[in-house]
Amino acid sequence: MGLALLIVVLKTIAIRKNDERYNNAARFWARIFGVNFIFGVITGIPMEFQFGTNWARFSKYAGGVIGHTLAMEGIFAFFLESAFLGLFLFGEKRLGRRGHWFASFMVFLGSWLSGYLIVATDAWMQRPGGYAVADDGTVYLSSFWALLLNEWAFWQYLHTMSGAVITGAFVMAALGAFYLLSNKLIEYGQIFVRVGVICAAIASVFQLFPSGDRQGKMIAFNQPVTLAAMEGLFKTEPGAALVIIGQPNTAEQKLDNPITVPYMLSVLTYRRWEAEVKGLDSFPRDQWPDNIPLLYYSYHIMVGLGTIFIAIAVIAALWLWRGRLFQSRWLLWILMLTVPFPYIANTAGWVTAEIGRQPWLVYGLMRTHEGFSPTVSSGNVLFTLLGFMGMYFVLGILFLYLIWREVEHGPLELSSRPFVAANSASSEEALE
Amino acid sequence: METLWFVLVGFMIVGYVVLDGFDLGAGAVYFIAAKTDVQRRMILNAIGPVWDGNEVWLLAAGGTLYFAFPMLYASSFSGFYLPLMMVLWLLILRGIGIELRSHGENPMWRAFFDVVFGGSSTLLAIFFGAALGNVIRGVPLNGEHYFFEPLWTDFTVSSNPGILDWYTVLTGLMALATLASHGALYVATKTEGDLMSRARHIASMLWWAVAALTIIGLAATLKVRPQVLDNYRNNFAGLLFPLLVAGSLLGMRLFRAKQNDKAAFICSCLYIAGMLGGVAYAMYPVLLPATTDPAYAITVYNAAAASYGLKVGIVWWSIGMAIAVSYFIFVYKTFKGKVTLEGESH
Repeated sequence: MGLALLIVVLKTIAIRKNDERYNNAARFWARIFGVNFIFGVITGIPMEFQFGTNWARFSKYAGGVIGHTLAMEGIFAFFLESAFLGLFLFGEKRLGRRGHWFASFMVFLGSWLSGYLIVATDAWMQRPGGYAVADDGTVYLSSFWALLLNEWAFWQYLHTMSGAVITGAFVMAALGAFYLLSNKLIEYGQIFVRVGVICAAIASVFQLFPSGDRQGKMIAFNQPVTLAAMEGLFKTEPGAALVIIGQPNTAEQKLDNPITVPYMLSVLTYRRWEAEVKGLDSFPRDQWPDNIPLLYYSYHIMVGLGTIFIAIAVIAALWLWRGRLFQSRWLLWILMLTVPFPYIANTAGWVTAEIGRQPWLVYGLMRTHEGFSPTVSSGNVLFTLLGFMGMYFVLGILFLYLIWREVEHGPLELSSRPFVAANSASSEEALE
Repeated sequence: METLWFVLVGFMIVGYVVLDGFDLGAGAVYFIAAKTDVQRRMILNAIGPVWDGNEVWLLAAGGTLYFAFPMLYASSFSGFYLPLMMVLWLLILRGIGIELRSHGENPMWRAFFDVVFGGSSTLLAIFFGAALGNVIRGVPLNGEHYFFEPLWTDFTVSSNPGILDWYTVLTGLMALATLASHGALYVATKTEGDLMSRARHIASMLWWAVAALTIIGLAATLKVRPQVLDNYRNNFAGLLFPLLVAGSLLGMRLFRAKQNDKAAFICSCLYIAGMLGGVAYAMYPVLLPATTDPAYAITVYNAAAASYGLKVGIVWWSIGMAIAVSYFIFVYKTFKGKVTLEGESH
């Protein structure tokens, strides 16, 4: 999704500057996007099915509400995205320059719309609204706009999408740095680093403020027990400190080896030095998230990495502005090696959101253990879980292999690639 | 309102089978129709820009079903747990078969993904047919409207059936024949030369299988579930569907003989719509019959979501589908005509 935006940026520069190199760059990233999209589509279909297959009670309970956002995702976003991706990847000659730009824009729009609708679904599970309870105990939709315009969805969406842009931008910058360091495709390496670093700097700052800050407030006001667990705050205190590093000790209900910034948590949450922040001891045990260490670590990994991204991206942007970045090999090395970390940060962020919601499936309404399918036995679930693990393992290897091939080919003209030339020879043969 | 949503969900399922049906069918006849690498690439390019969009109809139909009839979604998806998971695996395999084949130039790489694509397409056609068979025959629902079906029991149609019994195997084969012929006709419209004539020949041969299986399938359905005639007896308007089926079946033969591939393909679309429409008409208002106690059946009335949601749904669904259909018209117009192989193709 981040890449979808970056492709639009490249296509726009290509048209404005009338520079064919940017078009080549866009085509190259479109091929990468294409590979990502295939794997995203085929692994995404199981997600929708799983609501019914594995979470039947939850689906029966909440389908009348979240069915709306899920069906809208299919009808408004997936149709848009898939139709225009076909046009974008295969129709450049038939569409012309502006038509092709438009196709890239529509792919971006589709993928970002789909992001909103799926986040709105999750936001309803985090902060349910716009529903009423029927006689049989299930919930039904009572306000369409309350479902769609959930404030939680708004901030979570911005936070998620900006995380996607950070990932796309760092990947682009990292590949550019790789080309520059290995001294090949210098021109394209510079384009990738320039576009990647600028976008990464903007997005990583936006990730902290306002989107991350506001997302944190949503949690503080709607799920205070989750906030306490995320921050490793076992005891309620005024002027609570912000933990930078430390290991939660759930047996003794304290934090081992803490390094903290005094008063900071109170300031960040309530904007007051002496504000009281509720710790875990203010809540009954059965409301606590099930796995406090996992929640605490995933949250701190996310925040820690996010801070490092800001540092790297801002320094690189300054060096770029001063015209020294392409000569600073140490900084290019850092940019290149950063590439896996945005993926880790995004995953950690989702773990924080979902583990943080526990023990609830729908916050305050339905417990997770009440939502599963009553007729599917654990043996069958294990069977299919193993099947998916095996298949995704193979898919992961294939994905890395394909991306590596594209990276090796680089953004050169297709006709200059040996294997396509061989294929077009064989298609001429067919015409004879 | 419930009835309207029954029709709309039915419309989306028909849309899915007609559209994704031809690229599934193209996969099912892939090995028989295409003998050389170039011909295989022609087939892949004929479906390349559209297969993914066609598959979205499945997702959109699933989503629509989910919010309009949440209980049906919950019950059927958990009850058909194992076959659905296999469908998902096959969909994954088919996707990588289509898309990854062209990413390698080694003949062994291509041969491997050929088998992945052809095999998964064939199996998917059979699975979807068997799924429809299960829905017509009914499933062992309990008092809470849940069920779980094993893959097979003793292959007879009883009150404790499996996913596969003689009836659902028959409907699976029927779907395979129908979609293979559908796919062959589509390939004929999109290609030229040797490949086109072979696709035409396959379609001609498969027509006999489709016609024979239509008659056998009808007879078997009457035996397994004689109630299907009730709605037709009560209201003769439903006879439109059998007439559509018979007419389009004849049309398929006629236009095939006249070498008019496009018209034959359209007849094949109408045939599929007629068959599925006929089933839906016969089933209404039941969505999923029970083999245990008819009172446990899931109907449009006991499964529908609350009326506010259904009304709001009409508004956004109509807008969304109008836009989506216009994309499809635009995409198919952009890629109309016979396939040519270019640098950026599969």
